Amino acid sequence: MKFLLIEDNYELANAICARMRSDGHVVDHADKIFDAIEYSQIGEYDLILLDVMLPDGDGREFLKHHRARNRSTPVIVLTARSQVSDRISLLDLGADDYVTKPFDHAELEARCRAALRRNSGTSQSITVLADVAFDPVAGSLKVGDSTIKLRNKELRIFELLINAPQQIFSKQKLFDRLFSYDDDVSENAIEVYIGRLRKHLVGSQLSISTHRSLGYRLDHD
Amino acid sequence: MIEGVKISGSLRNRLTVSLIGGAAVLALLMYFIVRAYATQIAQQGQDNILGASVNSILDAANVSEGFIDVDFPYASFSMLGTDTDDRVFYAIYQDDELLSGYDGLAQIFPEVDKGSAYGNTTFKGAPVRLASASRMLVGADLRVQLTVTVAQTQDSLLGALNRIGRNVAIFGAGFFLLVVILAFWATSTAIGPLAQLTTSVARRGPQDLSPVASPVPREMAPLVFSLNKLMARLEYSLSRSEDFIAEAAHRVRTPLATVRSHAEATLLRVDKEENRQAMRSMIRAIDESSRAAGQLLDHAMITFRADNLDQKNIDLVELVQDLAMRLSPIAEMRDIELQLDALGPVSVIGDAILLQNAIRNLVDNALKYAPSESIVRLVVATTPKPSISVVDEGAGFPVGEINLLPDRFARGSNSGGIIGSGLGLTIAQEVAEAHGGGLTLNNHSRGGACVTFSF
Amino acid sequence: MRYIFFLILTFLVQPVLAEEWEDQQFFGSATSQKTLRILSNTDTRFFAPIIESFLKSQPSVSVKYLVTGSAELYDIFRTSPEDFDVVISSAMDLQFKLVNDGYALALGDLEHPDWAQWRESLFAFSTEPATIVINREAFEGVPTPSSRQDLIKALRQRPETFQGRVGTYDVRHSGLGYFFATQDARASETYWRLTEVFGSLGVRLYCCSGDMIDDLVSGKIAVAYNVLGSYALGREDAQSQIKVILPSNFPTKMMRSAFVSTNTRLPDVAGTFIKHLTGIQADISKAATFPLPPLDRTVEPAISLDPALMTYLDRLKRRTFIQEWESAIIQ
Repeated sequence: MKFLLIEDNYELANAICARMRSDGHVVDHADKIFDAIEYSQIGEYDLILLDVMLPDGDGREFLKHHRARNRSTPVIVLTARSQVSDRISLLDLGADDYVTKPFDHAELEARCRAALRRNSGTSQSITVLADVAFDPVAGSLKVGDSTIKLRNKELRIFELLINAPQQIFSKQKLFDRLFSYDDDVSENAIEVYIGRLRKHLVGSQLSISTHRSLGYRLDHD
Repeated sequence: MIEGVKISGSLRNRLTVSLIGGAAVLALLMYFIVRAYATQIAQQGQDNILGASVNSILDAANVSEGFIDVDFPYASFSMLGTDTDDRVFYAIYQDDELLSGYDGLAQIFPEVDKGSAYGNTTFKGAPVRLASASRMLVGADLRVQLTVTVAQTQDSLLGALNRIGRNVAIFGAGFFLLVVILAFWATSTAIGPLAQLTTSVARRGPQDLSPVASPVPREMAPLVFSLNKLMARLEYSLSRSEDFIAEAAHRVRTPLATVRSHAEATLLRVDKEENRQAMRSMIRAIDESSRAAGQLLDHAMITFRADNLDQKNIDLVELVQDLAMRLSPIAEMRDIELQLDALGPVSVIGDAILLQNAIRNLVDNALKYAPSESIVRLVVATTPKPSISVVDEGAGFPVGEINLLPDRFARGSNSGGIIGSGLGLTIAQEVAEAHGGGLTLNNHSRGGACVTFSF
Repeated sequence: MRYIFFLILTFLVQPVLAEEWEDQQFFGSATSQKTLRILSNTDTRFFAPIIESFLKSQPSVSVKYLVTGSAELYDIFRTSPEDFDVVISSAMDLQFKLVNDGYALALGDLEHPDWAQWRESLFAFSTEPATIVINREAFEGVPTPSSRQDLIKALRQRPETFQGRVGTYDVRHSGLGYFFATQDARASETYWRLTEVFGSLGVRLYCCSGDMIDDLVSGKIAVAYNVLGSYALGREDAQSQIKVILPSNFPTKMMRSAFVSTNTRLPDVAGTFIKHLTGIQADISKAATFPLPPLDRTVEPAISLDPALMTYLDRLKRRTFIQEWESAIIQ
């Protein structure tokens, strides 16, 4: 998916962009409202991530601008302010959701998914590989005629696999991506989810192969 | 209502006492003035009669054959009769010689042919009022000064004065009583605007630092002006504090966000197990501290707000619905389903912001402790009291610790690796109590915990 | 005998000047410790019933009743007021002056008409007019005069009948006489004309009513002027010889009065006596038993108890009056 990140803090921006790109997304970065407005007008973004505190003005100005031009791109605000009054006013101004810094990427990802889902019923980015259609926003897998609704963790694993079909993902890597840092689970839970995915893929040209001590890989038969 | 305020005296008492004191002084003054005036008038009355008596005697004097004859009429003395039978004394002097009358009656030497002089003296053991007049009598070979003095006791005068005094005293007392009543009324009227100001200020919402708009009496204007200035300063300092806190939060959180993002990214790149663990624990630490900071700020805000609840009509079901929607991405992340159980709108009076905060904490807790792929139910009920219950299918509360958990920073023994600062339940309990309700923790019969926030 | 004995006793006991009392009598038990001394100018027979009835209710008290003329009474009392407890006199002016000069004790709880008392100290208890009393014989066949005018006419008509046979008070010596004369003169001019007529008829002058009536009864005089009616009427034996006439216009009415001396040793007893006296004199039904006429409560008196009573006691006025009177009566 294509994201626009409006953030003036370079360190943070780099970190976010790096993470998102490693997830397989395209990210554009603007560090001023002025640039942000320009970018948003030219580019077609799936989602905009907006930092409220910007050097040439309050991020709310961008929101007002954005909505005034009837742009329907969902905006998720990144804010360090946790006052309830601030949050409410952001939503009133047209933000679809917000995350407070420092944030968990998994949470951000989940909120993006939800915002996209709300925004358009039918997803614009369905990934098709062989005879499988994967809708990352809706979280569904279409194998042949049947549409399977994936669980969240299944969905996230599959998203990783399908975006890099030749890559082997280690259990740890998958674990680190999936589980929150305070979850009391063992890495073997990954096996459970892989197992489920394998079940869903039965009858399709795709399968997940295990490479001992290396990890899992989505194979195209 | 007025704890912590040092009380010195009372405006009402000051006003009342001054008014009553003033009235008392006036009443006393009036009594003495009237008495003095009455005495003067009454004395004038007696003097007029005494003067007439003296003159009637003096006029009857004539010289015949070298002798003075004073053939005064019956009326001279009969006009001196009083209701108290005052005694009468008189003396007729020819130059210095007593012609007739009482010897020893004091002389006051009036000017000749100039009318009567008056005085007071004592005679035969009684205080008397004197009138005296003098005339030159000229005969063939005689020239004498005739002085006539008539004196009378003053029982009648004193009797009249006492009567007047008594009546004046009664009127004065009645008047005074009236003033006392008036004083209380006037005081209440004067103090009225103060009470009104008090009411209007007390009725303000917790965030209302706007200047007092309603008109006040001129004397209260400086007070209200200072009050408004104080509130403006307070508002300014409060907003500055808020700005400061927000600014501080931003300055602290942005670098933290940077660190966390980098840590997360790094975690994905390291392979060595010990490095992995190090990164994981680093991220956990960051999460804990930022969560702690957030909760502390919230808790401070709640403690302040709880004393001045912004009371409005709220539909609990709507509130829980909004909350559920906001938390659904989190729930989804853990494959937990948020279920709302409610029959219809449930209306309560409370502070929306505080309630949102409290319930959010409870649901956050539930999402943390509930196992993956389970259901967390949010139940809104009206009986026996309006309440919101959060039910999960987790491990439940450790028995024996259930009552201690809402204590600040208490973490259950089952909290294990779960990040939290322990303030979640405390916040929820404080908000519940501020609304006149409470928080109850139970373990479900089918396992899992149930936290009920009731009003 | 007892009378004389008491007289001598009284003389010896009284540490006062050796004045002569017209009468003095002792009432009550000789062993009594409390003797009320009454100084009076009223004949004893008029007062005896009152005193006796008083002593009935006060058995431990005795009364010494001393009688003298009104002028003497005044002088005696002024000289030694401590010698007497109660003072009774018909001379209103002299009584008034004594009370005005502070010799009387105020009695607080005596119910008495306002006009009949002064300063709650002087109490009037009878109403007695000055009358004309004639010898019936002298006026046989002729109309009896009913006013002063009539009397003047009658006297002028038959001067020979009345020459040397008219009598009145010697105002120089009689307190009551002076009082009646001055009040009479104040009331009408007729008095002086009458006095002149008396003078021209060689009037006899008396000190007291009693003597006048005696001479009237005996026929020595035919007319007595300004006699106390009560005395005349009191002489029941003489009712066939004499007739009492009340002058139709301005009868001069005197009120007999009493007061308690400030120097009294028996203030309570004295007060009780006065109460008793005024009580009896207020009751018209008792007129039969008590010879003194009662206080007339139907009209307010023409001569009232007020300071004007002292007018004619003034030295100058007295001198003038007496001079005039003398020049009218002594011709």
